[in-house]
Amino acid sequence: METLTNLALGFSVALTPFTLMLAIIGCFLGTIIGALPGLGPSNGVAILIPITFTLGLDATSALVLMTSVYYGAMYGGRISSILLNIPGDEPALMTTLDGYPMAKQGKASDALVLSGVASFVGAFLATIGLIILAPLLARVAYLFGPAEYFALYLLAFCTLGGMASNNQAKSAIAACLGLGIAMIGLDNTSGMPRFTYGNLHLMDGVDFLVAIVGLFAIAEVFFFIESHGKNTALGVRLEKVTIPFKMIMDSFWTMIRSTIIGFFAGVLPGAGASLGSFMAYMAQKAIAKDPETYGKGNPRGVAAPEAGNNAAAGGALVPMLTLGVPGSGTTAVLLALLMTLNITPGPTLFADRPEVVWGLIASLLISNVVLLIMNVPLVKIFVYVLQVPPWVLLPGVTMISFVGIYSLSGSYFDLLLMVGFGVLGYFLRKLDIPTVPVILGILLGNQMEDSLRRAMVLSDGDWAFLFSTPIAIGLWIAAIGGFIAPMFLRKVLKKPQAITD
Amino acid sequence: MKLIKKTALGAILSIGMFSTAYAAECIAPANPGGGWDFTCRQIGKIMYDIKAVDKPIQVTNMAGAGGGLAYSTVVNERNNDEDLIIAASSATTTRLAQNAYGGATADQVRFVGAIGADPGVIVVAADSELQNLTDLVDAIKANPGSVAFAGGSAVGGFDHLKPLMILQRAGFTDITKVKYIGVDGGADAITQTIGGFTQAMTGDMSEIVGFLKSGDIRVLAVLTEDRVPGFEDIPTAKEQGFDVVAVNWRGLYIPKGVSDEVFNTWADRLAKVAASDEWKQAMVDNGLAPFTKVGGDFQSYVDGLVAEVRQLSKDIGVIQ
Repeated sequence: METLTNLALGFSVALTPFTLMLAIIGCFLGTIIGALPGLGPSNGVAILIPITFTLGLDATSALVLMTSVYYGAMYGGRISSILLNIPGDEPALMTTLDGYPMAKQGKASDALVLSGVASFVGAFLATIGLIILAPLLARVAYLFGPAEYFALYLLAFCTLGGMASNNQAKSAIAACLGLGIAMIGLDNTSGMPRFTYGNLHLMDGVDFLVAIVGLFAIAEVFFFIESHGKNTALGVRLEKVTIPFKMIMDSFWTMIRSTIIGFFAGVLPGAGASLGSFMAYMAQKAIAKDPETYGKGNPRGVAAPEAGNNAAAGGALVPMLTLGVPGSGTTAVLLALLMTLNITPGPTLFADRPEVVWGLIASLLISNVVLLIMNVPLVKIFVYVLQVPPWVLLPGVTMISFVGIYSLSGSYFDLLLMVGFGVLGYFLRKLDIPTVPVILGILLGNQMEDSLRRAMVLSDGDWAFLFSTPIAIGLWIAAIGGFIAPMFLRKVLKKPQAITD
Repeated sequence: MKLIKKTALGAILSIGMFSTAYAAECIAPANPGGGWDFTCRQIGKIMYDIKAVDKPIQVTNMAGAGGGLAYSTVVNERNNDEDLIIAASSATTTRLAQNAYGGATADQVRFVGAIGADPGVIVVAADSELQNLTDLVDAIKANPGSVAFAGGSAVGGFDHLKPLMILQRAGFTDITKVKYIGVDGGADAITQTIGGFTQAMTGDMSEIVGFLKSGDIRVLAVLTEDRVPGFEDIPTAKEQGFDVVAVNWRGLYIPKGVSDEVFNTWADRLAKVAASDEWKQAMVDNGLAPFTKVGGDFQSYVDGLVAEVRQLSKDIGVIQ
């Protein structure tokens, strides 16, 4: 009952014509920011922060605008994943696996509507979870120390073997490549730079957005040039835009399961939306009756990561609001916004500033509904993108990639690095090595290494420390199970076929 | 597609137009959200509000190499820019002292001043057996491995150095034995400490305010000269017999190549901000303690700090 009263308070703060207008503007901008390669939710929100100051918005209005941009970007990321095979941001990475094949089969609009609905389910249920569970879940962060985090990241890597390639060794090579790239930069545990060759730009390591845009978007450009515009991956068949009710109903339980997985991945500080969408996809594939169809345009393979990453976006708000620990890059930026507005997140925020917390939650619910309404009819507009001839579309994508990456740190070095990744992506595709594990290696490798190193410092190098708590042991068992199970199951299941793109 | 492109172009153009309306620029050498970003945004805003500058100050985020990218950009490319200020803190001088900015030295820029400081704190979980700083130091003297610290900076960073300074004053010289893990920010360090994975947290006052109210933690000491206004029940390290003052000051530096006149202009503006009610309120809201050193006075403070940190870093083996 108290929750409902609080929620009413939240809506009374957030539901004025002005804030509603802000929510609509934010959702629209967010969707576009998410859809543009190179501009992810975190830099999208970061770019817009100064605008909230310029407009002189008060705390609640600023929060409404920023959260709707945040959620909008989470929705938008899927669009370029599905239509162009270029993830709009890092959590949308997994959506390329089945979304793009669906688009090639002429089911682009189905994939977009389905993923839009999945995003809504994930984000909506995660917001409900945030309302009900936030105070309880705050304690979960206290249970995760270095050993537990290490086991968690290990679990993610162990399921990589089942990724989208018929050749496990190639997945492993790709993941190792990513891990190697993750080692570049300042070593947190010794404070020493590694593989930087005295270059200050490399001190912070390689930004995964640079890697994503390079490996996907720029590599695509090279292929386009090589084939003189023929046989390009772009340019898919179009059919009538309808709402695929059957597909949505079929994926219902997938969405629910993925939401739960994504939400908990989001709640853990440091894991974030990418891990959420990855784990949701792998879990879905692991329990599916027809795992061989994944990676070839299975609608459930689109629904799972989208529900997962949007749920993780909601889950990531739990540690941010209750502990002041951001669960993802974007929540780190939102945290910054809160601090600038003189709101200090922490264990007492819910009690001290109910109007801020509940206003935020109400604005999340509002922006979610706005996004669903906006995304289903807008699908038509986005699908028209495909009717633009590739020789117009591709230079546009290239331009946006360069602008987006330059906006990250304002240095041309990142652009060179991005082109370098493009060359790498070109050769990897020629060798039929999947690029997704490279990104996951970069994304998770650093955190996995840091957790291991911290565990070793705390235990004086005693490896038994890694198995010292029930949570850690449970995660280890799941990790080993996830690694070994596919080896035995492969005999039972049909051999998956090659994915050529 | 036309629609998307137009909107994207519009968004980019409008961001571009914002920048033309600004006079001076403040570089925050980190992504939005950290202390440097706060420094630029608050000081920039107040300077404009109190009419110390006649146009709003534009904030640019230039993350990279823990501030090193911004530092080398200023030294190499914008050495004569009179309309440029850069946010700095103890982390800046710590890294300069440890030669972590690729060979750059502290005398390649001019430190204008600091107008507020985040006091260093040593914190334990509320259920910890350690009641005061003496307990902590005794526990480490008895068994250096028994207390692990968590902090928001990397190994060798300012958070790491704080407990080491205390231990050195207490006559404990085997400081390389002290366990420290660098996690992603102060809040994360507290989480690890409340969770029992580390025994103590070393950080800044602003990072612990929320947890202090909820009663999850106990502050063993604050590393300031006097007790901090608003937190009068927290004892200083000094009154417990450990003469350590370690604050994370918030300030600015400007390029080396500007005239003394420009240096003094920025120092005056900064002093005006320090005296303003808006800044006093911002300090209270963010857990900052008053700490005003502006102009030549500040430059000599920075030089002393760099020398001290360099020696300590040599002792723990972070630098040769």
